[in-house]
Amino acid sequence: MPFITNTDQDRQAMLVRLGLSSVDDLFSELPVRFRNPDIELPPAASELEIMAELGRLARGNASDQNSICFIGGGVYDHFIPSLVDHLASRGEFTTAYTPYQAEASQGTLQAMYEYQTMVADLTGTDVVNASHYDGATSLAEACMMALAAGKGEKTTLLVAGSVHPEYRAVTRTYLQAQTGSLRILTTDGATHGMQADGSGDRPHTVEADAVTVDDLIAQIDENTAAVVVQNPDFFGRLHDIRPLVAAAHDAGALVIVHTDPIALGMFRAPGTDGADIVTGEGQPLGIPLSSGGPYLGIFGCRGELVRRMPGRLVGEAHDHDGNRGFVLTLNTREQHIRRERATSNICTNQGLMALRAAIYLAAVGPGGLQEIAELCYHKAHYAAAKIDALPGYSTGISGGSGQFFKEFVVTTPRPAAEIVAKLGRKGISAGLDLSRFYPEQSSKLLVAVTERRSRDDIDTLISGLREFAS
Amino acid sequence: MKFDDSVKYQKSHEWARKEGDLYIVGISDYAQDSLGDVVYVELPETGKSMKQGEAFGVVESVKAASDVYMPVSGEIAEINGELEDNPGLVNEDPFGGGWLMKIKPSSASDYDSLMSAAEYKEYTEGLEE
Amino acid sequence: MKRNTAPLLWEISKPGRRAITLPDLDVPAASLPTELLRTPGAQEGGRDTDGLFGPHGTLPEIGELDLVRHFTRLSQLNFSIDTNFYPLGSCTMKYNPKMNEAAAAHPGFASHHPYQPAESSTGTLGVMHRLQDALAAVSGFAAVSLQPAAGAQGEFSGVLMIRAYHGSRGDTARTRMLIPDSAHGTNPATVAMAGFKAVQIPSDAEGNVDLDALHAECDQTVAGLMITNPNTLGLFEAHLEEVIETVHACGGLVYGDGANLNAILGKLRPGDLGIDVMHFNLHKTFSTPHGGGGPGAGPVGCNEKLAPFLPGPVVRATAGSLAYVMPEHSIGRIKSFYGNFGMLLRAYVYIAVNGTAGLRRIAENAVLNANYLKELLSETYPVRYRRRCMHEFVCQPPEGVRTIDIAKRLLDYGFHAPTVYFPLIVKEALMVEPTETESRETIETFAETMIHVAREAERSPELLHDAPYTMPVGRLDEVSAAKRPVLRYCPG
Repeated sequence: MPFITNTDQDRQAMLVRLGLSSVDDLFSELPVRFRNPDIELPPAASELEIMAELGRLARGNASDQNSICFIGGGVYDHFIPSLVDHLASRGEFTTAYTPYQAEASQGTLQAMYEYQTMVADLTGTDVVNASHYDGATSLAEACMMALAAGKGEKTTLLVAGSVHPEYRAVTRTYLQAQTGSLRILTTDGATHGMQADGSGDRPHTVEADAVTVDDLIAQIDENTAAVVVQNPDFFGRLHDIRPLVAAAHDAGALVIVHTDPIALGMFRAPGTDGADIVTGEGQPLGIPLSSGGPYLGIFGCRGELVRRMPGRLVGEAHDHDGNRGFVLTLNTREQHIRRERATSNICTNQGLMALRAAIYLAAVGPGGLQEIAELCYHKAHYAAAKIDALPGYSTGISGGSGQFFKEFVVTTPRPAAEIVAKLGRKGISAGLDLSRFYPEQSSKLLVAVTERRSRDDIDTLISGLREFAS
Repeated sequence: MKFDDSVKYQKSHEWARKEGDLYIVGISDYAQDSLGDVVYVELPETGKSMKQGEAFGVVESVKAASDVYMPVSGEIAEINGELEDNPGLVNEDPFGGGWLMKIKPSSASDYDSLMSAAEYKEYTEGLEE
Repeated sequence: MKRNTAPLLWEISKPGRRAITLPDLDVPAASLPTELLRTPGAQEGGRDTDGLFGPHGTLPEIGELDLVRHFTRLSQLNFSIDTNFYPLGSCTMKYNPKMNEAAAAHPGFASHHPYQPAESSTGTLGVMHRLQDALAAVSGFAAVSLQPAAGAQGEFSGVLMIRAYHGSRGDTARTRMLIPDSAHGTNPATVAMAGFKAVQIPSDAEGNVDLDALHAECDQTVAGLMITNPNTLGLFEAHLEEVIETVHACGGLVYGDGANLNAILGKLRPGDLGIDVMHFNLHKTFSTPHGGGGPGAGPVGCNEKLAPFLPGPVVRATAGSLAYVMPEHSIGRIKSFYGNFGMLLRAYVYIAVNGTAGLRRIAENAVLNANYLKELLSETYPVRYRRRCMHEFVCQPPEGVRTIDIAKRLLDYGFHAPTVYFPLIVKEALMVEPTETESRETIETFAETMIHVAREAERSPELLHDAPYTMPVGRLDEVSAAKRPVLRYCPG
């Protein structure tokens, strides 16, 4: 029997001490007719059998073993230094519990404090929590926080159409039982309600969702609790948010910016530019793609908002000899104390992922992060220029500054699904077919280029795409 | 346990004391004792009007966060600014320096409906069982 | 007394140091949008707020050796299941199998992008589909969604599903959700997030939901009841079927908090009893590691009636292949991408190597270990409820001794404390859960230590007040930490 230490002899001795004749006696309170049901599961496998089975299954996945990845859309194939895996997989970190008993958890707590510090500086915010589930839920909870701060007087969240559709969808799920309306802004200047899948309640296209800062400024009114923007946005475009912050604050609205932590290696921090709350998907910071999770929700805000902030916070503390240590603090915001008045119901978060991010940031350091960001930027621009030169292909979305970071939209001469499928079979994961989010548009491909892609990799992609050129 | 008899009490453990035209408000010794060391007090803005029984703020300790309720209806005239840097005053001197705020009452009868020190003491003994 | 702590990263940082190597740029450099770049040297209050570099900078500069020493050293300051016994009630701190880690690290899964098309994701879809089926089989539910990232998200999903169900039938008067007073804090927090009013139902003297109080509250305004079984006192709800019937009779639905599933795994299926929707905690029952505070996973299972409302997407088989599909009336996405797949994969491996018989043995050993430990402790640590416990039990310290002091002194003996001060309905509560993976000797040694600490408290109470003595830090002043929070390192 796997993992159970006691033997029949041990159990027998324990039963004797309890005055029971069999283990079944322990379950006498369970309703008889439902006890010991027939549960159909495959027979128990041994370790070597299950590993072989997983190996077999894994061959059905495209991975870095058999494909070069140009897919982005919020999570990316970034370089993970081997020391991140090595250190984060230590049993003392992975099998530790939530650090409620601080004296027994100084390793975890100090690492979280270091994470909070580095990410606060990276994002330009005063305080960062010890992690949220992912970028999408960070953003959703930021919206809830903004509505609560508005105290019922301001009830609209103005959300740019260029925010990742899944993040918008998650925000809508979180807010469905709250008062407050989500309005997505599209480039025609209209705002729409939101469907369950994050789309607006009118037909939408890549072009319609590709809003600019000016589009947003025009729509802020006295009922706007917060303006929500992603920078770099879902389409990879960069924006100068300073005018937006000025306009929003003039109108008494908060500014929530969702960002990419790698971009912060070279571009202005949203907090420094005045954003009130900064969220982000932290997967690029040393966390594997892993088919969709676990990832890392980054959440930071201005100091005055700290008591409204969801999630765990680690603070400095001292013992009676004056030794410095770390503790979970401001707990009264949280569910285990505040219960129905809690800022959120979050309990278990993504602690180990925050640890990975802390190790990653300490490993790359300021110079390394800047270099990584620049490698992504220049390689993506090289790829975009080459693709743009292929007959029948064009890159970018009209309007806006044309500035982008590490991903860009490509309009393709053949349906994107066809290109992705054919190149996929040749070991090239060409990008994200945007018909997944924009069903009426079959020829839009979102291509991401990270520091892991060599010039050869990019040239291979170009050759592959060339075969579909008109 | 101190049961100051110059004030009147609410079941939710707030007290009120008449001071000229205003009422001073705080939480009882019983309340601060069960909360533990107070780390933060959230108070409303002056000028706001609220009714008896409405939640006007929060008193937080490390292990609990307690809503505090208006003992009388009225307008918030003044809040205790000392508590921002020294929330521990609520523990040290709950009926004196640890006062929370002063209310300009909108009705005289609210105060009469509150419990006397003796009644409140009996009430807290009932809670212990 | 000086203790054994570690310096912070900035205290060992030196300009010019670096841990990793990167390739040179191998493509032509493009022009940069200068107005959008971080501007190093922009001083504000002594901090280089927009630069990344020191000396007032932000990210530390550390060589690889120092970095490895730093984090290795930090790990050594922790207790962990791999090093210590953690009898934390309601956390199910069982052994975290290493084969799970190997599975999750397989590059075919670890480097698989969630947006790969279905035809290049059959491995992942396969694992998720099998896990959905396994969890449904184990719990007696018709359908499962693997999306929620933690128990609290699973709860939130379940309560939103109940709300959506009533809404779909035009039943909008149902605004109240009933919660036992012994419930975990996430329950009322979730209820508030879902727009319901939380109504507390007291427990009776036996530790069960008070049936009379429940009957009194059940009416047309009740959306449902959230129930944990076994409950947070470690007791099996004696009138569970009647509780469920009462709620159903007034038109409400029953949400099961699956945190304590370890006690009944393979022995009972919540779906069979009439629970409408339930979440699983994979990081409790299904052995995925706690990670110092996550990640976890909180899949949610439900009956046919609620299946269309599950958070999506779910994995469905159509015409011989698997795909992600949004349920017809889904409450929506609860998370981006596809759930915490890394944790789902671990749970799948765990179930695969156990099989039905193995899962049943888990519950049997968990309950036996708990009852044995209770027997060894109960003379010194009174257990309020004189009933058989399931996989955990709640006890109290001897008269005059504070639970917090016991918890801190236990650390000196190498044991993490049980869960303290929860559930709220028991004063100075100690909630103890040994789990099935601990040996008899560990349990006996722990019991002896607990009794020894109780004796220490009697002889010299001061000893416990100032504990722990042998940890990297002494008892930390949480009050000052909360009064003047310092939530980040500030240079200078």
